[in-house]
Amino acid sequence: MEEREIVIIGGGLMGAALAWGMAGLGHDVLVLDGGDLDPRASRANLGLVWVSDKGLDQPAYALWSRDAALQWPAFAKTLEQETGVDLQLQQPGGYNFALSERELAQLDANMSAIAAQTHGGLGDYEMLGRDELRGRLPHLGPDVVGASFCRYDGHVNSLRLFNALHLGMVRRGAEYRAHRPVERVEALIQGFNVVGSWGAIRARKVVLAAGLGNARLAPMLAMSAPLVRSKGQVIVTEKCQPFFDSVAGSLRQTGEGSVLIGESQETHTGAGSVNHGISAVLAERAAQIFPVIRDLNVVRIWTGFRVKTPDGMPLYEQSSTYPGAFVMLCHSGVTLTALHALQIAPQIAAGALDDSLLPFHSRRFHVS
Amino acid sequence: MFRRLAPISDPLSFKFEGLALSAEKGESVALALLASGIESCRDSVVHGRPRGPYCLMGACFECLVVIDGVASRQGCQVEVRQGMVITRQSGARSMSGATQS
Repeated sequence: MEEREIVIIGGGLMGAALAWGMAGLGHDVLVLDGGDLDPRASRANLGLVWVSDKGLDQPAYALWSRDAALQWPAFAKTLEQETGVDLQLQQPGGYNFALSERELAQLDANMSAIAAQTHGGLGDYEMLGRDELRGRLPHLGPDVVGASFCRYDGHVNSLRLFNALHLGMVRRGAEYRAHRPVERVEALIQGFNVVGSWGAIRARKVVLAAGLGNARLAPMLAMSAPLVRSKGQVIVTEKCQPFFDSVAGSLRQTGEGSVLIGESQETHTGAGSVNHGISAVLAERAAQIFPVIRDLNVVRIWTGFRVKTPDGMPLYEQSSTYPGAFVMLCHSGVTLTALHALQIAPQIAAGALDDSLLPFHSRRFHVS
Repeated sequence: MFRRLAPISDPLSFKFEGLALSAEKGESVALALLASGIESCRDSVVHGRPRGPYCLMGACFECLVVIDGVASRQGCQVEVRQGMVITRQSGARSMSGATQS
C-alpha cells in the first residue's frame, strides 16, 4: 500500500495553505481533493482580508484575525515570488457603513466592546461621522450617516490566491490529486488509512481540511466538527472606473474594476440557486451607500456555503484519542490563510498545536 | 465574415462611430453590426483589446456598446432603431452614470 507522511484531505484554501507551509519545511505532503462540483467556499467568497468587527465577545478570534492581516504582506510577497502570480493584495483599511443612527450606534458599541475585550489590542479603530466620511469618500450617498474604520482590513484576488497556493504547493514538492473523495479514515495502531473508491493510502499524519465534509469525517477520528448552514450570495458588476479605494464589509472593487457585493446569510436552504429577492436587497443597499454604482450592469451572481461553526470561530484541533489526526476549518479562509500557511502548518508538522490555539478547540461546544 | 441570407426588406438607418449603416427592422444592434461587417465594437477593459459580439444571447457581455449616450449596453439585447447613434465601448465604465469618459 502507498505510504505517505502527511495526507491532507481537501484542496481548498485551507488544505492548500497547509500543504504549501508543510511542503516548504521539507515534509512529504499529499493533498487529496474532491470533485469539481463539490461546494467550495474557496471559489465563492468576497476576497476580503477582514478584521473590523470580527470576534465580538471572542477576543482570541479578533486578535487572531488581526495577526493574520499583519502577516499578509510577508506571506503574499513570498507566494508571489515563488509563483509569479500577482495576488492584488491591498490593505487600505475597511469601512462598515451605517444607513441609520441605530446602525451607527450598534457599530460603535461593537467596535468599542471588541477594543475592551482585547485590552486595547483592537483599540485603534475609528468612528466617523458624515462630514469626515465625505472628506475621505466623495462618492458616498446621502443616506450614509457614519461608519467604523479599521486600518487592518483589505482585500485580495481570492481566485488568484487559490491558484497561487496550488502552483506553490506543487512547486515546493507537495503532490496534488483531484477527484479523490475520501469515504473513510481509519486509525491504526500507528498512523491512518485513508480510503476511497479509488483505493487506500497509509499516512503517518492526516489533516481533515475538507470544509463542509469535515462534519462527516471528524467523528471517524474521535473528533467533532459541528457546522451550521450558511449560504452567501455575491453580485458581480461589470468593470468600472475606480470609485472606492478602500474596502467595506459588504462590497469591494476588484483590481480590474468589478464591484463585488455580498453580505447575505441564509440558514434555511441547502439549495445552491440564486435568490433574487436577496440580490435585490443587497444591490439596493450597496447603491444607497454608493449611488454611482446604481446604473452598472450585473454580469454574474453566485452563491456558496460558508464553512461555519455554531459560534463562527475557526476549529483547529488534534485528536486526543488519535494523535496525528487534525481537523482544520474556518469560514474566514481568505483572511486566515496567512496564518494557516505560516503558523499552523509548522505546528502540525511538528505534531503539536500551540496552546494559543486552545480557544479554537471543539471542546468549547461541549456542555460541561 | 457574415452576409445576409436575404436583402433587407424593411430598412432603417443608424450610425456606428459616425458611419451611416442600415439594418433590418426588428433585429438586434449586435446583429445589425455583424451584418454590416463590423466585427469589433468595443475594447476590453483591462488590456484594451478589440472585442465583438459572440454569444448573441446576453451571457458573454462581449458586445457592449454606447447607445445614444448610455454606456455598457449589451448590443444583442437591444433592438436597433431608426436614428440610433452607437459608438464603441472603450475602457472601464465611467462612474458619472450615463456618459462614457
